[in-house]
This record gives sequence, C-alpha cells and structure tokens, in this order.
Amino acid sequence: MSFRERLQSWRYNLVPDHVVGEILTKRWTDNAIPFLALVATLGVFGSLIPGFFKLTALQDSTRQLGEFSLLVTGMTVVMLGGGIDLSVGSIFALSCFSAVYVFFILEQSVWLALAASIATGLLFGAINGYLIGYFRLRAFLTTLVTFIFGRALFDILVTSYAADVQLSSATSDVLDFIGDGTFWGLSAAVWAAIILAVVTHIALTRSRPGWHVLAVGGSRRSAHNAGIRVRRTVFMTYVFSGFCASLGGFLIACRLSGAGPGTGLNLEIMALTAAVVGGVSLGGGRGSVVKGLMGAIIVLTMTNGLIRMGYGTGTNQMVLGIMLAVAVTIDIRWLKNRDKVLNEVYVAPVYLKMGATQSAAAGSGTPYELDNRLSAADHIGLGELEGPEDVILDRDGHLYCGTRHGEIVRFFAPDYVSSEVFAHIGGFPLGLAFDKSGNLISCVGAMGLYSVSPQREVKRLSAETSRSWTSIVDDARLRDPNDIDIAPDGRIYFTDSTKRYDAHDWALDSIENRATGRLLVYDPKDGSTRTLLDGYRYTNGVCMAHDGKSLFFAESWACRVHRYWLEGPKAGTAECVIRDMPGYPDNINRASDGNYWMAWLGMRTPSFDLSLRHPDMRKRMTRRLPQDEWLFPNINTGGVVKFNEKGGIVEAMGDLSSAAHPMVTSMREHKGYLFVGGILNNRIGRYKIPGADPNWTSSASYWGAKP
Amino acid sequence: MNAIGWPNWRSLNQEGIVFAIAVVLFAAAAIGLPGFIDPNNLVAIVRSVSVLGILALGMAVVIIGRGIDLSAVAIMAMSVAWYLQLLNSGTPDGLAFAYVLAGVIAIGLLNGFLVAYADVPAIFVTLATGSFVFGYVRSQLISQDAVPVPQGHWVELLGGLRFLDIPVEVFIFAGLAFVFFLFLRFTKWGRYVYFAGDNPVAARNIGIPVRPMLVLRYVLSAFVALVAGLLTAASLHSINTRIVNSTLLYDIVLVAVIGGIGLSGGRGGVRNVLVGAALIGILLNAMTIIDIPLLYQNLIKAAILLGAIIVDGFINPRDEQTAQQGDI
Repeated sequence: MSFRERLQSWRYNLVPDHVVGEILTKRWTDNAIPFLALVATLGVFGSLIPGFFKLTALQDSTRQLGEFSLLVTGMTVVMLGGGIDLSVGSIFALSCFSAVYVFFILEQSVWLALAASIATGLLFGAINGYLIGYFRLRAFLTTLVTFIFGRALFDILVTSYAADVQLSSATSDVLDFIGDGTFWGLSAAVWAAIILAVVTHIALTRSRPGWHVLAVGGSRRSAHNAGIRVRRTVFMTYVFSGFCASLGGFLIACRLSGAGPGTGLNLEIMALTAAVVGGVSLGGGRGSVVKGLMGAIIVLTMTNGLIRMGYGTGTNQMVLGIMLAVAVTIDIRWLKNRDKVLNEVYVAPVYLKMGATQSAAAGSGTPYELDNRLSAADHIGLGELEGPEDVILDRDGHLYCGTRHGEIVRFFAPDYVSSEVFAHIGGFPLGLAFDKSGNLISCVGAMGLYSVSPQREVKRLSAETSRSWTSIVDDARLRDPNDIDIAPDGRIYFTDSTKRYDAHDWALDSIENRATGRLLVYDPKDGSTRTLLDGYRYTNGVCMAHDGKSLFFAESWACRVHRYWLEGPKAGTAECVIRDMPGYPDNINRASDGNYWMAWLGMRTPSFDLSLRHPDMRKRMTRRLPQDEWLFPNINTGGVVKFNEKGGIVEAMGDLSSAAHPMVTSMREHKGYLFVGGILNNRIGRYKIPGADPNWTSSASYWGAKP
Repeated sequence: MNAIGWPNWRSLNQEGIVFAIAVVLFAAAAIGLPGFIDPNNLVAIVRSVSVLGILALGMAVVIIGRGIDLSAVAIMAMSVAWYLQLLNSGTPDGLAFAYVLAGVIAIGLLNGFLVAYADVPAIFVTLATGSFVFGYVRSQLISQDAVPVPQGHWVELLGGLRFLDIPVEVFIFAGLAFVFFLFLRFTKWGRYVYFAGDNPVAARNIGIPVRPMLVLRYVLSAFVALVAGLLTAASLHSINTRIVNSTLLYDIVLVAVIGGIGLSGGRGGVRNVLVGAALIGILLNAMTIIDIPLLYQNLIKAAILLGAIIVDGFINPRDEQTAQQGDI
C-alpha cells in the first residue's frame, strides 16, 4: 500500500464523515440552533446580571414573558399559515385600553373588561384576516397599516381618557390577583401563556384545523387543491392572533391598572423577531409553538437584560435589528439549502482495496470462467414481469416471484404459461422462502419481513430490530431487507443490506462502500428480531446449509461469501469461505447435488475496483456529476456459480450474449431445472441442468418429502 | 395616458383618479378654506411635500423593482444626526461627510446584498436594518434625541436659501424628480428596473444583471434618504431622531402607492410620485388649516393608506406564478 493510499484510508475510514449527513437528516437539527441560542442567552445574561435568577426578579420578568409569549404564540400561528401579523402591538394596546375603559371608566366587572378586551382583539384580527384571507392582500403591508391605524386610534383614546382613568376609584380583588397574585407560585400571565401554548400545540399537531394551517402555510396551492378552505384558514389565523394579543393586553391592563402611551410600543418587531429567532419559518409551514416560545424567551431576556445592564436608548432596537436580520437570513438560507447540503454531505465514501481476483472471462481456464449456457434458457412471463428479484417454487411446483409493482405473482405448473397475482404487498418483494407450514415469507424492500399464508393473507412479521446504541440514523428500521432463509427450527434468518440508504439507492451504497450490512434473525415463537452480525458491505443472499447447522450469506460489494454457524463449537461466529470473487454475489440457494447455487448480479471491473481506492474521487463524483455519469458496479453481466460446502467453486455459467440474462439475482433448482431471476430483468429463465436429479425439490430438501 | 401626460378620461386608472381627486380637493380647499389659495400657502404646500417627495422618489425606484425600503426614514434621520454630531464634536467637515456617506452607502449595500444575494424578503431586511441603524446610531454615536446644526454651517445656510421667494428644497425636489424621470425613462438601466420588477426571473434569464442592480437600487434609496435628511436639517436647523418612530415612513409608502406605483413592481414612474405627493400635500395642508389634531391626521392618513392598499390589491393582484416563497 502506497503512502498516499495509507493516508486516504486513514482520512476516509477513520474520520466519521457520514455522521454529519446523518445528523442533518434529523428534524431536531432545526430546533438545535434556537435551543443553543436560548441556553447561551440565558447563560450570558444570567452571569452578567447579578440576581437574574432570583425568584422575585424572575416573578417580574416571567409576568412580562407570559404576556409576550401570548403574542408570540399568535404570531407563530399566523406565520405557520404563511402570513405575518405586525398589528399585534396595536391590538395589544387597544385591548389593554378596552379593558381599562370598561373597568375604570364604565366601572364594570373585571370579566366584562376581559370580554371587551377579547372582543377588541377578535374584531381587529377579523379585519386583518378578512383583508388578507379573503381579499388576498399582502400580509406584511396590510398589517403594517392596521398597526398604524390601531396605534393612531390608541393614541387618541389614551390622550382623551388618561385623566379619567387616573381619577377612577374602581378597584377589584380579582383584578389585583390577576395583576399581582400568584397561583402555585406562578402568575396569571404565565398560566395563561402555558395553557394557551399547550392548547395551541395540541391543536396544531393533532387536530384538523391545525393541520389545515400547516398545510396552507406549507403550500397554499396544494392545500387548495386538497380541498382545504384556504381563505377561511388564513382568516382564522389572524383572528387567533388577535385573540392572543387581546389576552396579553388584558393581562397588562390588570398588571399596570392603566394604559399609557408606551403600551405595546415596539411589540410587533419584538414578536416577529422572537418567532423568527425561535425558528418559525417565514412563508409558513415550518415551526412550532415551542420554537416561538424559545424565541420569546431569547428576545425578552436580551432586551430586558440590556436595559438592566444600563445600556442606553436605542440599544434594544439595535440588538433586535441584528437578531432579526441574522435569524431571517439563516432561516432563508437554511430552508433553501438544507436538502442541497444534505445531498452534498450524505455520501461519504470509504477506502477499500479489493483483493486480486481470478478472471471470469471465457477461455481463461479458471473455475470462474463464464460460458454462454444461460442464453439457452426458456423464458417464463417474458414481457409480463418486471423485476423478479427472487423466484421460488412450492410443493406443487408452482412458481412464485416478486415484481417491481409490489406484487407476488404465481405461475402455474407444469408449463408456467398462465399466471395470477398471488398477493399484493405494496412494497417490492425481494427474497422469498417457504416455511414448514407453507407460508411464503418475503423480505419486502424498505418495508420489512412479511408472511403470506397459502390463503393469501398478508401479515407483517417484523419491520424493525433493536436499535444500536451508537447509531445516529434510526438503524432499528429495516431499510433494505434483502434475502431470507429458514432454519429447521423455524427461525427466519435474513439480511438487511444497508443502514444508510433505501433499497432503490443501492448504487449510492456501492459507491460509498461503507460496511453497514446486517444479518438478522426473526423468531416466530416470540416475534422478536435480533441483529446477529453487523458491519458487512451489503449483505445479500442467505442460504441454510444442507445439514441445517450453518448458513451461507453473501457480502456483495466485498465479493465474499461467509458462513455463519448456528450450532457446534463455532456457533454464533462467522467465517469467510469464499473471498475475492470476480463477481458481486447475490442470492444463494441449495443445489440437488449437495452444493450451492450463487447468483452474480454483476462483475467487478478494474475501473471500479480502482475507484474504491480513491474515496476522494468518488466523493467528488457524487457531488459534481449527474447520476447518469457515475461510475458504479457493472451490472450488465452476471452469472450463476455453483460452490461446494467448503467454498470451492464447482462451475460457473452465464449469458455472454446478454440477451436473456445479463444480470442474475437469484436462481432456484427444481426437478432438474434451474429457474433464474434478475431484479432488472423482464422474465424468468428455465434452464435444464444436465445430469441433475429430476426429482429433487427445494421444499423436500428443507421440509422433507410431501406428506 | 396621452402624450402630454394628462389623464385620458376614457381609460381611468389609479393615477388619473388620484389626480382628479387632488384637483377637486384643491378646488374645494381653495373655495372653502380661507388662506388656502394664498401664494405663501401654496409655497408652503410644495415645501412641505418636498422632503416627503424626495424620499418617495427613492422608494418609488425600489418599489418599481419589486422591493420596499423600510429603512429609509431611519437612514435619513440617523445619518444626518451622526453627521451633525461629528461636526459638533469638532470633526472636520469633509471627513465627517465622508464617514457618513460611507456609512449610508454601506447600509444600502447591506440591504441590497441581503435582498439580492441572500434572497431574504426586502421587507424583513429593511425592517431589521432600519431598526439596527436607529438603535446603533442612537445608542453608540449620538447622545440626545435631537442634534442641532452648528452655527453658520452650510446646512444651516442651505435652509435659508431661496430663489424667487421659493425655498431651495423645492428646486432640489424638482431637479431630483427630473433626474429620476430621465433615469427611469431614457437610460438602459432605468428600463431594466421595470423589467426586473415585472418579472425578475425572466429579466435574469435574458441576461440583465438583476442582482447587482438590486443592490444599486438600495444604495440609491439610502443616498436619497441622506439628501432628504440634510434638507430636513436645513429647514429645521436640527434633526430629531424621534422622527424614526413617527408615521413618516408610512407617508412615503402612501405617496408612492396612492400615486399608482404598484407594490408588485414593474409599474409606475416619477409622475405617479408627483401626483401622490400633490394629493398628500394638499390633504395635509387642508387638514392643518381646518385644525385637525395631529393624532387624527395620523388616523386619517392610515385609513387612506389602507384604502390605497386595498385598491392596489385589486388593480395589481398578486401574480402567483412569479411570487416567491416567503414573499409576504
């Protein structure tokens, strides 16, 4: 190994690049930035301001936070629906005034004041909602204007009635309690904020109107096409925001027992900044109440903290401006580029030096030498089938295969001309096996392990295994269950080829070449699934040895076959029995003469082998070239190989014309014939094996002669 | 519109309607309000809308290019406040002006860069930079809300300058309006503003440098704001930074929108600004003569702006095909 290659192998095999991509797939990364900002803000101001965390100080700031959170919750809902509400500040102020007017000047009860407050908020929210929802005006400018309008109105009202409020002698214990009291240590404002946040959160995530809001924000047109009443939904978000603002206004009216010219000033930009800083996306659809609340805490802590630290007029606006600009920019760039970044960094190739191999070329004289025998195979279902990855025959000789359309098709013996859809699965059935009682067990791509009874009842056996402690992507899920075989005791052994890619992205997995394939076992007795082996490069075919004491499994991208011991002194361990083959192995099945058939889905090429030693090159390739121009394993030539119990190669056959069976993913021997399937083929081949036992069947070999 | 620019009554549009309203209002005020038709009052009207009109010119160019500049008033007040503060603390005039000019252009560049290259909606960018500019200058660079013009400084002299008994800012407004008219109507880049505003994607596809020009528009708007600020300081002999929190910003948008410059971009021109400014000037003057309190004037202006935006929404409906995600 040259020094360059050693460096490459260290760089690409020891540095866990793939972790970055896996973290980015997580939804919680959206929350991580605001959360870290929250912790940092609290930490900085908590340490800079003495007594920041003292109960009395907290009581005061949480009261304010409660009122503010109400506004932010309303703003969050509006923004989730794809709008924006800048009038919250003036709605807040006007609602505050309504409450003050009803209570101090009309001298009515607190509850009537609350009602007046809410009515004001609902009215203004409805005006906004009507203009934006039904008239489809621009949210930003419209609410800006209603904000000016409301503010002007408030200024007039406050100057006209300020003296009367001062002179009023109305008092109320309820008002004082709401303004100053605490219940279980928390003020009314905090309780109101918590209750509203919880209710809103549940409504957004678990109720129809909430989903409608998110749908409208996510894509207005799609929502409309899905039959959602877009305009009404938008309208309701503004009404809700008005309601939230009015609650806040009522609370501050109780707290301050009055309304002044400063009430609600700058609140709109604060609430907007809070929502955006918390991670609620502009343009809608992404965000949550919790994010809004995180933003509210950050913004309020910062602005209050700066005031308490004695910075002068204007500092707040400066900080708000910076926070808003930075948060909006991050939000826009992140939303726009997240998928791009993810695509860029997800593929993280590793270094691998493949061992030298023997030639499989015709006339090379090696045991792997491919001939043209398979081109003489009869065809079954030509043109009807798409993608028979695996083929299997039942006790009565009927032929089954999966198709790309998510079905299991049955061809009837003896001539295999007529067929029917045996069962509809929904996913792409790959490996197939019959258990003792005649159930057809299948590995369904990206779905899991399924069982189809002779009465065609489809049942899911397993879709997940236990999760490993160090994984970042959810490796409990079966992403690419591939082949399957059943032990004499009924346990089902199967492979899951990769943890990092879905089944249809197998080419990416081959380019990355990271060893994440697994061998798993499903126990029908208790329904459990366990991981037996992990860390192989695309585990593929599985086959129980003839004596049932061990099984063979193929490791495709490493071109190896391993033997896993179920019993005996080596139970639970695997050993490599065939290494450095010239082809990529796929399914393995029993042969009538005590040997094993193995399919080759494709052949190694010197160019791809070389590229495996250049992970940097493959990384650049996936980033810069279109997919059609990628270099990945050759799948235009495959074959069928027979090997013995010890791993020695007995014979190999292929279709050098590439007309009938260019790639082979499975083969099954039955009564002297070999049935050949290929995942990208449009037929099943039937090849008469010279000298094979004409009475041998797979089902008899596994489960004994027909009773 | 016909060639000489007078409204053609058969094809009524917003500009025509607004112009007609302005004429009717003018006539009504001339008849009904004592002292309205007085030449001094007429000069006062024009003078009162000069600064507003200049700011609206900058805003108009930005809006035609499908943007908006909410930082205009902050830039106007704060740049001049900083300039005067520098002068009062003894910085040489040339250096102080260079600082301020650099700062103004920097803010314009920042606005333009974030809008053009980071794809952030203009409304948020300029809202944030406006807040930042006000906060930064107020908290870091100046010590009081109002900063006076130093005795005998050219800004003070500018305020007293008159030709034919008409204050100089009227001429500056007229001159700037003419320059903007030439720019928008007869220069290549001026026409590009319309293309970019009408359909940015198509404009980009045919090879117009849409993004650099976006930046240019915000720099232009910032520069115009500085000019307006200097004129304000000239006529008042000081600059009060509280103007940032007033409704001046919305008056600017009001002038542009009410004159018929569609907020969806690509439509309108200098004439629309003049018509809008005329109506607002007459309206404000009439309200002042009738002695409507300032607070009520704000309410009335807000109501008019709301009406203008609703009308604009009907005349220039949003184009879902070219609207961007997050364009709210």
